[in-house]
Amino acid sequence: MSLKDILSPFYVWKRAFEKPYTTANPLTDRPGAPRYRGFHDNDMEKCIGCGTCADICQNAAIDMVPVEGIQTSKEDSGLRPKIDYGRCCWCALCVDICTTNSLNMTREYTWVDTDPDKFRILAGAQENFWTGKETGYKLGEGYKLLDHDRITMPMVDPKEGIKSFIELVKGYSKEQAIKEADRCVQCGLCIATCPAHMDIPNYIKAIREDNIPEAVRILYETNPMSATCGRICTHRCEEVCSIGVNGDPIAIRWLKRYIIDQVDRKEIAKILRNEFKPNGKKVAVIGAGPAGLSAAYYLTTVGYSVTIFETNEKAGGMVRYGIPEYRMPYEQLDKDIDAILDMGVELKTGVEIGVTESFDDIYKNYDAVFLSVGLQDSYSLSITGEHLPGVIPGIQLLDDVTKGQIPDLGKKVIVIGGGNTAMDAARTARRLAANVTILYRRREEDMPADQEEIEEAKREGVKFITRAIPVHIDLGENKKIILHWNKAEMLDQGPGKRPKPVLIVGEAYTEAVDTVISAIGQSPIYKLLPEEIGSQIKFKREKVITDKYGQTSLPKIFAGGDIVNDIADAISAIADGHRAAQGIDLYLSKQVKVK
Amino acid sequence: MFTPDRSKYPEIVDGKAVIDLDSGKYLKLWQGPQHPGVTGNMSLELIVCGDEVVDCKTHVGYLHRGFEKLMERRKFIQNFPIVCRICVPEPDTNEYLYAAAVEEVAGIKIPEQAKWLRTLNMEMSRLTSYLMWIGGHAGAFGLGPIGQWAVTHRDYMLDLFEEWTGGRVYHMYMIPGGVRNILPDGFDRRLEDTLQKIEKLMSEIEKVMLNNAVFKMRAVGLGIITKDMIDRYGVVGPIARAAGMKRDVRKNSPYLMYEHLDFDIITGTKSDAYERLLVRFREMFQSIDLIRQIMKYIDNSKNIHTKLPNVLHWKIPAGETYVKAESTRGEYGYFVVTDGSELPRRVYVRGPSYSHAVALLEDLIINVNIADVAGLMTSLHTYPPEIER
Repeated sequence: MSLKDILSPFYVWKRAFEKPYTTANPLTDRPGAPRYRGFHDNDMEKCIGCGTCADICQNAAIDMVPVEGIQTSKEDSGLRPKIDYGRCCWCALCVDICTTNSLNMTREYTWVDTDPDKFRILAGAQENFWTGKETGYKLGEGYKLLDHDRITMPMVDPKEGIKSFIELVKGYSKEQAIKEADRCVQCGLCIATCPAHMDIPNYIKAIREDNIPEAVRILYETNPMSATCGRICTHRCEEVCSIGVNGDPIAIRWLKRYIIDQVDRKEIAKILRNEFKPNGKKVAVIGAGPAGLSAAYYLTTVGYSVTIFETNEKAGGMVRYGIPEYRMPYEQLDKDIDAILDMGVELKTGVEIGVTESFDDIYKNYDAVFLSVGLQDSYSLSITGEHLPGVIPGIQLLDDVTKGQIPDLGKKVIVIGGGNTAMDAARTARRLAANVTILYRRREEDMPADQEEIEEAKREGVKFITRAIPVHIDLGENKKIILHWNKAEMLDQGPGKRPKPVLIVGEAYTEAVDTVISAIGQSPIYKLLPEEIGSQIKFKREKVITDKYGQTSLPKIFAGGDIVNDIADAISAIADGHRAAQGIDLYLSKQVKVK
Repeated sequence: MFTPDRSKYPEIVDGKAVIDLDSGKYLKLWQGPQHPGVTGNMSLELIVCGDEVVDCKTHVGYLHRGFEKLMERRKFIQNFPIVCRICVPEPDTNEYLYAAAVEEVAGIKIPEQAKWLRTLNMEMSRLTSYLMWIGGHAGAFGLGPIGQWAVTHRDYMLDLFEEWTGGRVYHMYMIPGGVRNILPDGFDRRLEDTLQKIEKLMSEIEKVMLNNAVFKMRAVGLGIITKDMIDRYGVVGPIARAAGMKRDVRKNSPYLMYEHLDFDIITGTKSDAYERLLVRFREMFQSIDLIRQIMKYIDNSKNIHTKLPNVLHWKIPAGETYVKAESTRGEYGYFVVTDGSELPRRVYVRGPSYSHAVALLEDLIINVNIADVAGLMTSLHTYPPEIER
């Protein structure tokens, strides 16, 4: 003990003369820091209602609820996060995981109210005292919880690819598939968009868990042609994938393909339930395309005896005869078809209705008929010279190649059109050693073909001329075909409408080629229907009008596929087949017109 | 073998104190759970004779929140915001240890810059925790103003945490895989300003508390922990160091970037409340020095986070690990067991206060003046939240 120890504490008095530390008005003079984790703010326009914020919240403080003024659409669940501030722990994991970066936090942190129910807030939708205030916490720099980069799909080199019809996409390995499947946040927006409403999040989950039998079972619940759809599906699910908002969407189509590639015909049969109690009723399916095969499969699973009638030598429809082998190898299509036939479906090929078999007989002998004949005819170019030899429809070229009748296209080929058939025809022509140019009346961004088809065609050396309208076709020297075309400009048709191409005067060009392939769309042929029946079925333009179960105005006849839906792709046809199977079952078990 | 001095009262029969409350000689007195002289929510069931404590039973259970069980029902990422709540005054140790344990058992390497930022966070957190403690310790001895100064300066540190992490008390910054953000612009300058303020405060505390005759009379000789008690009671941290033990996880088994930092283990000899204050007081300066050393390595342009598997369905292969770190109370540990599922099978939290505040306190408190009980407790620097999890 020293004198110093007695005197030293009196130093405390010095502090009495110092400026106080306190803030006079803490509620107003003490704003939160720029990164402060205060009350949430959600950009209603950016938010797609994926619900990932609610999934990660460890307090279950977030509920996804419908909001007035927000419509449910393909890329928006219509729900928005409602935050319970009695539960929230302000960890901001919801902000970190937000797929659209719409959810952030403000710097506001004080709120006094006597009504406890007021503390449940639809962030961003309800006016609050923090509405419009400065943003506080948002996703930090150099850190993110979501993986935005897709696992690159191994592909055959384009230079090698055009030498043969070898399949270009090699498929994921197990490690790659599990890694890609891991990126999914299981929001389920894809389910609503898929025409067949496939349970995508759960089959992706089964991949993650390496449970292939479960994955196959899930696939067959809504789609009996996964080897096909895993390759050539138009995958609109990927367009609405929430991960796709800020990154690459999950490779849903290729993950489906991965699942089905892991099992062979025998294993599929083992996984699927294939013992059904026959109910003694018979259904005829006309056309063995995706719609017909799908309807046949689902009808069989509920005990119907199904016979498919097909004109061609083999089943598969447009998937076989309209899609080239480098995209859709025939053995993979056969795998899908065999699995369906293994269920006990009877397939009669080489049957031409009206020639070898009468429609009336089928109509009489079967309890219901499912019509899925597809679009067999090619749209006409409606220009002079289109009937010259050397001007062929795209689907004919694809059909011939499938049947092994390789045509001589010559050295120089022009393909008219911008859809997937145009791309298929152009790339098939490339494989037949021709120099190929695609002529399209609108701009590249207007092309209905899948973006990856366009890109792959370019990689394979297909040239593109856009805003080019064919005017007429002449026969030139040395059997050359002269295509006259005119440059077009795009005229705006107002909001929500496609701009219209209009010829530019004085910008006419000619092109001397060996073959012109027209691929501007297809139309149906209904000549198989007898007059009496055809007149009773209602049509709108060229499409058959059906109810939601595919039932036509003739109760016994159901229809689906490209002759019914406007999208005219495989997955929509498969969905039509499934719905029609449900409709036929409802109709035959109740004998009433289903609505 | 340590035996408390029971020479005055009461009589010991068969190793137990014979306390007859009806004799009028003793009084049973509850200190806590709501009592400013008890750190946190625990209570002491004291038997006093006059103004001296002759027997004590510690009671915990007022603060049980079931964190460990809760974590078995949460995904790995969802536990990250929970763990910091285990200990209010120093949450960052929990954050770091949970993240480190998960990373170790999942085999994830984090970027070096993330390690530096974590080290910075841990040292700032140590200084913040010590500031709160020194305020409480001073208050327990009746030196109220020091408590106000210290807590104010703790708030300056919390301001820094707020602008850095977005939260004042619960920073939720050290996420598995790394950290959540880089330092904001101008942070180094504001940090240095605050460190200088704290240094000034420390020099004032030295004058008013360390060189205070009254405080010295009460603290010197209070709660002496002999060397042989150290291992028997599982004493760790500054308390063990004040008894001359060179025990510091940062030095003994370096984690994060401590091996790249220049510092020594601070020890004392006398092992009483005053010596423990001295050790911690010097460690506060040491922390300030370490923060300045660490700031030289901070580079905002470097990677701070390793890409994790999708945290919504992150499964960690079966395994177990124990990771430890030096908190202001000593060795803090997390034992994490995984079974290959999306949830941890078991998360065990080892808080150093457990051994200090229950068994050790019960022995040290005997024959202590009732007015010094609070001072004794704060000199052990116990945080009941980490006892109960």
